[in-house]
Amino acid sequence: MDPLTAVLASIIAAATPLLLAAAGELVVERSGVLNLGVEGMMLTGAIAAFATATTSGNPHLGILAAALAGALLALLFGLLTLTLLANQVASGLALTIFGVGLSSLLGAGFVGVPGERLPRLDIPGLSAWPLVGPVLFRHDILVYLGLLLPPGLALFLRRTRAGRILRACGENADAAHALGHPVIRVRYLALLFGGATSGLAGAFLSLSYTPLWIEEMTAGRGWIALALVVFASWSPWRLLLGAWLFGGVTILELHAQGLGLVAVPAQVLSMLPYLATIAVLLVIARSGRLRAPACLGRPFHPPV
Amino acid sequence: MRIGLEPRIERSAAVALLAPVVAVLLTLLAGAILFALLGHAPGAALYAFFISPIDSRYGLGELGVKAAPLVLIALGLAFGFRAGVWNIGAEGQFTLGAICGGGIALFLPDVGAPWLFPLMLLAGVLGGMLWAAIPALLKARFEVNEILTSLMLSYVALLLLSTLVHGPWKDPEGFGFPQSRLFPEAATAPLVLAGTRLHLGALVALLAVPVAWVVERRALGAFGARVAGLAPAAARYAGFRRPRVIWAAMLISGGLAGLAGVFEVAGPIGQLVPRISPGYGFTAIIVAFLGRLHPAGVLLAGLVVALSYIGAENAQIEAGLPQAVGGVFQGMLLFFLLGCEVFARYRLRVYPARRRA
Repeated sequence: MDPLTAVLASIIAAATPLLLAAAGELVVERSGVLNLGVEGMMLTGAIAAFATATTSGNPHLGILAAALAGALLALLFGLLTLTLLANQVASGLALTIFGVGLSSLLGAGFVGVPGERLPRLDIPGLSAWPLVGPVLFRHDILVYLGLLLPPGLALFLRRTRAGRILRACGENADAAHALGHPVIRVRYLALLFGGATSGLAGAFLSLSYTPLWIEEMTAGRGWIALALVVFASWSPWRLLLGAWLFGGVTILELHAQGLGLVAVPAQVLSMLPYLATIAVLLVIARSGRLRAPACLGRPFHPPV
Repeated sequence: MRIGLEPRIERSAAVALLAPVVAVLLTLLAGAILFALLGHAPGAALYAFFISPIDSRYGLGELGVKAAPLVLIALGLAFGFRAGVWNIGAEGQFTLGAICGGGIALFLPDVGAPWLFPLMLLAGVLGGMLWAAIPALLKARFEVNEILTSLMLSYVALLLLSTLVHGPWKDPEGFGFPQSRLFPEAATAPLVLAGTRLHLGALVALLAVPVAWVVERRALGAFGARVAGLAPAAARYAGFRRPRVIWAAMLISGGLAGLAGVFEVAGPIGQLVPRISPGYGFTAIIVAFLGRLHPAGVLLAGLVVALSYIGAENAQIEAGLPQAVGGVFQGMLLFFLLGCEVFARYRLRVYPARRRA
């Protein structure tokens, strides 16, 4: 594989956890809920996947466990914010703190254990194409899922009835309720979806990207995913662009370190994704293209 | 029949005060179940977690050592949270405070007693403020979400500290360990209780509580902050400018976090090392909420949450429990609290079955 192809393929891989987590959060936010617990759900997904895969020897079971674990934490968040109407920002922070603690508790016995790697799944035919083949079609199943989510979500949100109802709940919950749509149930479902994809994002980290369990291995990717949703202005297609951009920054950091291209300490290069996040948020805010769902973060109490 | 929540006409003060107590009790109960699940006798584990760490003078001192940074940071955060300013990056401001204060100790030791230490405190406060000023500027000028920017800056601050202690600030006689030289005597926080590690920072935190209380009650700024959090439109009509509130909330919380940071490195640690905080900046968020965003409450909550730190350490030594249990406790505590608080605003009601038309 020539260097360009290798770099592009690794960008696609590095973008995957961001893409998975951000796609789920995008759906959650379009339904009007702000779940800041992505980092916690990702970490719990990562350890659930790792523990299940290494004990069963089957990484696919690990994927399933990660999605379940993420959804379970999201359910907890829903219970607090949707049923008990607790503050969403505070509950999201609680979810992250809880997830960080829970994952390191569950992972205590898995530090240093060799992991199961998710098998590569070359797409027959397509993977033989020049450039495009090795860049896009020689990855594992989670990468493909990440790539399919933006177009799938764009279709779902724009073209399907369920997608429109979900958007209505995010734009005007009272009106959606008046029309007879079950706002709370829609938001629960969105949360479960977001939790599951966050869990999968964690699974990608611990089963494919670095098939190991390391405490707090997400390193802020959950928060970057939240920033990506803002960057994408809540539109699925731009999510893809943002995720690749950040994947690129990550890979730049890795390669600059590996090749000794720049004479700065490794830690300074590691700051890049975080600084890039701030820069991107600033650029997008100045461009005035932000349009958050109107009911984002507001609790909905159905009138009786 | 359906059970639902019905808004109360007036917020129940009694329930609001009771909520943190119930949350602590529920956390203990859930903790007992968790210990049983992990295969430990719940009673003995809870004892090792919550009682035996503080049954000695030294243990009580340790409680103060852990509570001091939590209370200092949470006092500032509570101010911001009331104003609807979500500074989540206290961990970074804490780190910057430690870097700036520590830098003074390492490079200006000739200042000597008695001015070196106050100079470090000043540098720490300014460092924390500087780090908080970035999200403040971005929020006040460009409406950039302060949750994300302050949090991203936390990672940057931790990497900055790591850069320094691995590189230019590394102790040349430290056998290659990533750590700075030990601070000189004049740069260490004076101890305040013999036989413990309790340092001046704990007294400062204690003093900061009434100060914060007075500032909050008296200062027009704080009034503006509270209104701005509760009712942004009303605050605008009353002439409070939102950017000013954002700046005040960010600088106060950043400065206090920086102060906590410099006390931590000048007190229990005594030098700069890659990891100077077990997550104080994040845990202080729990303290702020558990204390109902009120200075007196923050003090109590700081002590309770500090116990989860030393409890986890002790439970690991005495009962072989993983130390991560502490984090789980902290998360559960906030969950239960947020769940309980709802009942100050709503009451449970049983609605009769609806007939289908």
